Amino acid sequence: MKASGKTGSKKELVLRVREHARRMRIHVIRMTTRAGSGHVTSAFSAADIVAALYFAGMRYDPKNIEDPDRDRFILSKGHAAPVLYAALHEAGVFDEATMMSLRQPGSLLQGHPWCRTPGVDATSGSLGIGLSQAVGRAIGARMRGSPSRIYAMISDGECDEGQTWEAALAAAHFATDNLCVFLDRNNAQVDGPTDRVMNLEPLADKWRAFGWRVEEINGHDFSEILDYLHRSEEHKGQPSIAIARTRKGRGVSFVEEGNRYRHASVLDPEAAEKAIAELEKSRTFREKR
Amino acid sequence: MIFEGVESKDQRRALGEAFPILGNEYPDLLVLSPDTSRSTGAAKFRDALPERFLCTGVSEMNTLAMAAGLALEGWKPLVAGFSMFVCGKAWEPLRNSIAYPRLNVKIVASHAGINVGPDGVTHQMVEDIALMRAIPGMTVLAPTDANQVLPVLRAALDYEGPVYIRLERHPMPMISDANQKYEIGKALLMRRGKDVTLIGEGGMVFAALEAAAVLAERGVEAEVLSAVSIKPLDNEAVIESARRTGAVVAVEDHNRHGGLGSAVAEVLCLHHPCPVEQVALQDTYAESGSADQLRKKYHLSEADVVEAVQRVLLRRDS
Repeated sequence: MKASGKTGSKKELVLRVREHARRMRIHVIRMTTRAGSGHVTSAFSAADIVAALYFAGMRYDPKNIEDPDRDRFILSKGHAAPVLYAALHEAGVFDEATMMSLRQPGSLLQGHPWCRTPGVDATSGSLGIGLSQAVGRAIGARMRGSPSRIYAMISDGECDEGQTWEAALAAAHFATDNLCVFLDRNNAQVDGPTDRVMNLEPLADKWRAFGWRVEEINGHDFSEILDYLHRSEEHKGQPSIAIARTRKGRGVSFVEEGNRYRHASVLDPEAAEKAIAELEKSRTFREKR
Repeated sequence: MIFEGVESKDQRRALGEAFPILGNEYPDLLVLSPDTSRSTGAAKFRDALPERFLCTGVSEMNTLAMAAGLALEGWKPLVAGFSMFVCGKAWEPLRNSIAYPRLNVKIVASHAGINVGPDGVTHQMVEDIALMRAIPGMTVLAPTDANQVLPVLRAALDYEGPVYIRLERHPMPMISDANQKYEIGKALLMRRGKDVTLIGEGGMVFAALEAAAVLAERGVEAEVLSAVSIKPLDNEAVIESARRTGAVVAVEDHNRHGGLGSAVAEVLCLHHPCPVEQVALQDTYAESGSADQLRKKYHLSEADVVEAVQRVLLRRDS
């Protein structure tokens, strides 16, 4: 079954996904501020793509999350876990109390994704291991004759990892056309801008040379994200990757601007309130429009 | 030599012969080979069941995490490769993507220990037991010889969860019963004795048996156990034997730190403190050479087991 947002015109779909993304950012702030740790800016750069997957792109029934033939999403940049949990909560896979228990002893929601958590499709966070598991899942699903499509998101910093390129080789070698990847190109990693830490360019050429179908898109433009999802599903014989231009902290002005928030930082309660107020306002604005 | 009539065979050949049998017995078994299918015998699986064989190239990290993905899709993946690489190079993907979520992946590692021989130190894995044993929830098995490869693999495939199986390259005498079903957690009693307990793993069990024969001529009756299940160790068998003999020697083709000797010492310290000696690599690397040359030079021969027994008996009786 297609996610709820799949019906209606594209314009309606975009509006609905945007609303989910807005709410997911609020969830992310609430749960990470409560937990007192996490990676908010990384979750925000990924939020629009993750929302598009869970509320437009992927076929799954949140009431039957154990369905072996549903589509999968592997967040290889596992430090953005709160955005995945926000999507699963928003979809109704787990409740508010579970979401707010992030990073607490006894919680199902670990600091980085663990595949024993309902709805979480791989254990990730050690950079590099997620994409390999996505390739394994893509091959495994195809061997079973399952219609399941495997979606994954990797980070740009993660492309420093040798294992990412081992997985890239394997995905193309095994012609995993049921694998569709987003590269969250926010140009930032822990020690600074990616071009200064470890230059990745020409990044699209590298993936092309590895045998992938490559697109470059705006990772905050829902229309572009949905078009990419459609084209990657149509394309046969190759895995697809979108180099998705994004901004760390995207969605809240003072979090996005000026790199005030480091890679692993959360908003204090006061800043969280301010950020949530700003996100609440952005809904009013669109409704008026 | 006392065991002159015993035929030798290497475990890799046994693994190759086991593969098509296991492929037929387990329809969800997949074999992944990081470009080592000739060396591990995985080529026999490829020839018999090409649709369930994945050659994954020289990429152990990707191979292990891919196996995790295949397990998540309901398959029973088995990775066959060199110990140094599938558990050394790929330790972290193995730990995080397979062991932490307890996925049903089997890692069959050939080329463990210095018996690898001429290829030298870069390929002689003498830390694998320590590395695998330290992972929470990991099962670590070392078949006694070529005969036990198939029963141990069946036990691993019947078990739900990650298992590491340690195999050696060097041919070893066939001293176990190929038809005996193996149960994880059980040691094999190879020889009854009352004076000293020798606990070995893999090919070193035979060195222990040879030493036991020499000791018998001197009036010392050694009991010999093959640990097989290094984790979980057969605590009951180890403690029971140590209670009777009061002196234990652990014999392994592995560094002295973190291996079988450490596992045995951990159990005995808690439940039956008694003198324990180790025959193991003395915190050093070996070098290129034949397996026999290296086992002599680095003190892993039956003569070294006999010496260790003399030491442990002195300690017990003084």
